[in-house]
Amino acid sequence: MNLLTVSGSPHVHTQQSVKSIMYGVVIALIPAIFVSLYFFGLDAARVIFISVAACLFFEWVIQKYLIKGPVTINDGSALVTGVLLAFNVPSNLPWWILVIGALVSIGIGKMSFGGLGKNPFNPALVGRVFLLISFPVQMTSWPLPKGLFGSGLTDAITGPTTLGVLKEGLNAGKTVQEIMASPDFPGYINDLLGAQGGSLGEISAIALLLGAVYMLSRKIITWHIPTAYIGSAVIFSGIFWLIDPSHYIDPAMHLLAGGMILGVFYMATDMVSSPMTPRGQIVFGIGAGLLTIMIRVWGAYPEGVSFAILIMNAFTPLINNAFKPKRFGEVVKNG
Amino acid sequence: MKTFKLGGVHPEENKISAAEAIEVLPLPAKVCIPVSQSLGAPSKVVVEKGAVVRTGQIIAKGESFISSNVHSSVSGKVTKIDDVIDTSGYKRQAVYIDVEGDEWEEGIDRSPEIIHDILPDRDTIIRKINEMGVVGLGGATFPSHVKLMVPDGKKAEYLLINGVECEPYLTSDHRLMLERGEEMIIGVKILMKALGVNKAFIGIEKNKQDAIVHLSVICSKHPGIEVVPLKVKYPQGGEKQLIKAVLNREVPSGKLPIEVGCVVNNVGTALAVYEAVQKNKPLIDRVVTVTGKSVAKPSNLLVRIGTPVSALVEFAGGLPEDAGKVISGGPMMGKALTSLDVPVVKGTSGILIMKGAESKRAAALNCIRCGRCITACPMGLEPVLLAQLSENQLFERAEKERIMDCIECGSCHYTCPAGRPLLDYLRLGKNKTGILIRNRGKK
Repeated sequence: MNLLTVSGSPHVHTQQSVKSIMYGVVIALIPAIFVSLYFFGLDAARVIFISVAACLFFEWVIQKYLIKGPVTINDGSALVTGVLLAFNVPSNLPWWILVIGALVSIGIGKMSFGGLGKNPFNPALVGRVFLLISFPVQMTSWPLPKGLFGSGLTDAITGPTTLGVLKEGLNAGKTVQEIMASPDFPGYINDLLGAQGGSLGEISAIALLLGAVYMLSRKIITWHIPTAYIGSAVIFSGIFWLIDPSHYIDPAMHLLAGGMILGVFYMATDMVSSPMTPRGQIVFGIGAGLLTIMIRVWGAYPEGVSFAILIMNAFTPLINNAFKPKRFGEVVKNG
Repeated sequence: MKTFKLGGVHPEENKISAAEAIEVLPLPAKVCIPVSQSLGAPSKVVVEKGAVVRTGQIIAKGESFISSNVHSSVSGKVTKIDDVIDTSGYKRQAVYIDVEGDEWEEGIDRSPEIIHDILPDRDTIIRKINEMGVVGLGGATFPSHVKLMVPDGKKAEYLLINGVECEPYLTSDHRLMLERGEEMIIGVKILMKALGVNKAFIGIEKNKQDAIVHLSVICSKHPGIEVVPLKVKYPQGGEKQLIKAVLNREVPSGKLPIEVGCVVNNVGTALAVYEAVQKNKPLIDRVVTVTGKSVAKPSNLLVRIGTPVSALVEFAGGLPEDAGKVISGGPMMGKALTSLDVPVVKGTSGILIMKGAESKRAAALNCIRCGRCITACPMGLEPVLLAQLSENQLFERAEKERIMDCIECGSCHYTCPAGRPLLDYLRLGKNKTGILIRNRGKK
């Protein structure tokens, strides 16, 4: 008789694996990838390719020659970081800046802490914020959508983003209504579809939401962080808007413009760097929503999503500690 | 549809043998009966080597309060009293008997006639259950008479009968409910009488619709007994989860069901109680599911206690070529066997043969902190944290995080996408924390 395997229970396991989760995120990102290709053409393909290739390369080099441990570049996590990093930069970003971003994402954001599962911050956001601070000019000159083969939807080559236009206009003393009436301003429909300037992946809310629905249905993410994040951002920005609509944009514009949808569904929900209990996730989401609006309204940068999520990432261990799951039989404490 | 709220998972069901009627397994040539087959103190052997025993004769006596009697399941000659490695993997003292014929002890009623009239006397009922060695057949094998002796100051309000059978693959309770429902309900009434309660609920998961219907029809003739259909969710068969599902009451941490006025018994136990009290029949056999994806003839077998597992596997068509793992019990909580020579005991609910490919664990990867183990834990614990504390030997902290509340259902390990052996760490941690607590008690 062949030898029997002996191991502890349970003897059956769920089909879901780290790999299936990571590739699930990649699948969810596909609609947004297509939208970015449609609007930014080959530039988008170039940015995504370089970012992904660089992330995989650095993960491989570091695991093989620096850590000298097992190489896990096929687990999908570096691929996710690569796509997300590409989604967070303009389509005309020079290749070497992208490579630096990938090195920071993988090397500092992930591997310096011990690799997948041990990084306190979302690696793609670490890379993005590093680039934003180091190369502010290149990182904020947004090419406008020009179509797949460069035929061009508008004549301009670069232009500011929705939030950028707003910040500039408000700083110059204009009211929100005046800014929104200007021809530069993309408006709600363009924000929704993606016909606007911006980072590769944040321009089309619809494509991102499609992927989010997919992730929710496959239980790759749960509703807790997105709902809390959007809820708190809407309420907080709504208060400002109700107080003075000429100085503060309405909550719907906050949601559609900038990286809110991308951040809410794809970065804030990163399981490694967000809290583990549902209650903790709600607190995390509320915090990120408040910080995003605070930075957008009062901060020096027009956009606040990246900073807000990174700041909340830092609170994750504390939140995990403070918000324990509901315990069974807790009714009698000292019984 | 009722169910418990906190945690839980839904493993693939694979109830392959659900339609197979219970068959009687032919008597084996030899049996090996471990003398301690319940929780609590070991029982004391009362037969000697060379003795001739009859079926149903007592061979080991439970002498402590929490302990139980063991009877010979066959007639024949005691060849030796020696250790055996049982399903738990530990050595246990056992009585080896060579089977000769099938001579039963006098006074055991073997007729198929169903006896409906119940003894009114509570003490006699409990004494009989004790004498006949009835223990919980759900797997934990707690001596049944102990559960019926409600401690002073506590009061039983409800009897809960566990017909959940939430383990994938297992169907023995399902078949019992379908084929022996009438007798089982009399067993339930006996238990109600012993406890002095007038309300009993039988919890059955929705994937056994035929059993729900069948028992509901029988119960309509017995006021006070009610079938409660439950949503399919593992581990609903855990008594704390069952009480929560049926009555929405939570047993406090570290306490027994009686704290919330409940006593829980398995459906198989109810039948054993019927046989013990009405028929004077000791617990010497039980229904065991023999199943697996590549098993030739998945079956539900009525097996004498002490029969080697190999005889069951043989009856079901032999060990398949691709067998990689043989499990006593279900795939979620069962124990992997090292050998097919181990005997069937009172707690053996099934023998599951898994294919080689299914039986290997996936390599454990880094924890990705997804929190799925926390969401899956039916006790509201944080398995990821407890496993970490256990790995780092921080048992005092583990105790504060209530590691002792873990019911070892395995939902955390089941659900972990990184394949981390969380339950292995939790078991280790519970063991060490238990030692810590007991040593503290001594000082």
